[in-house]
Amino acid sequence: MTNPVAKSRPEFRNIHVSQLFQYKLPPPGLVSIMHRISGAALFLLLPFILWLFELSLTSEISYARLVEVASNALVKLVLVGLAWAYLHHLIAGVRYLMLDLHIGLDKPVARTSALAVYWISLPLTLIAALKIFGVF
Amino acid sequence: MSSTPSSAGIGSKRLVVGAHYGVGNFLLQRLTAVVLTVFTLYLALRLVFGSALGYDGWAGMFVPLPMKIVTLVALLALFYHAWIGVRDIWMDYVKPTWVRLSLQTLTVLWLLFCAVWSVQILWRV
Repeated sequence: MTNPVAKSRPEFRNIHVSQLFQYKLPPPGLVSIMHRISGAALFLLLPFILWLFELSLTSEISYARLVEVASNALVKLVLVGLAWAYLHHLIAGVRYLMLDLHIGLDKPVARTSALAVYWISLPLTLIAALKIFGVF
Repeated sequence: MSSTPSSAGIGSKRLVVGAHYGVGNFLLQRLTAVVLTVFTLYLALRLVFGSALGYDGWAGMFVPLPMKIVTLVALLALFYHAWIGVRDIWMDYVKPTWVRLSLQTLTVLWLLFCAVWSVQILWRV
């Protein structure tokens, strides 16, 4: 037998946090991680969302309080963020349901549909932002 | 062959671990997603094409019992959907078992809290 000295073999580790920004994700990968980030954000802001929902329904006084809270610029920014998170999560989610049904599995089609998620969710977010900031 | 006794539900074919346990959750994640998509579209259409809002218009939408029930079902779908998604995140990134179990437990308790809160919000209108 040859002596059992360990040969140096290539090691493949998971990507390290410090490498994240040098790593270029293809569009489907970006949709995927954004789906997770938007979902996590929606979960973390669930108490805020339910609180706003409560204010909007309980009484005319609480509704007036909601209008007052939502007039704060910082709150408006959070609302725009929530609108983006919801729209991205929803539209990327519909794409995943299509993929589950084996629609658009080919690589070029999957790439196009990933880009379409942005082409739909970002303009809708812009509309929501304009509405939130009272442009119309 | 002869060394595996199998009586009712117990035996070598009994499934105690494995990926099959995830199939139910996988399907429910999709089912709740469909429920939420349909509810979102319904609400969006009513808001866009409905009459002017303000407190009366908005709160008035949630007064009829069917709308309360539909909204609650959508919210419960949301909480279950969130449970599966957040559980996946904990399972992917949190390795120490006791930390992961604690986070999962807190997630379940928090979502149950939200569910009860939702009932309170809806049935006060």
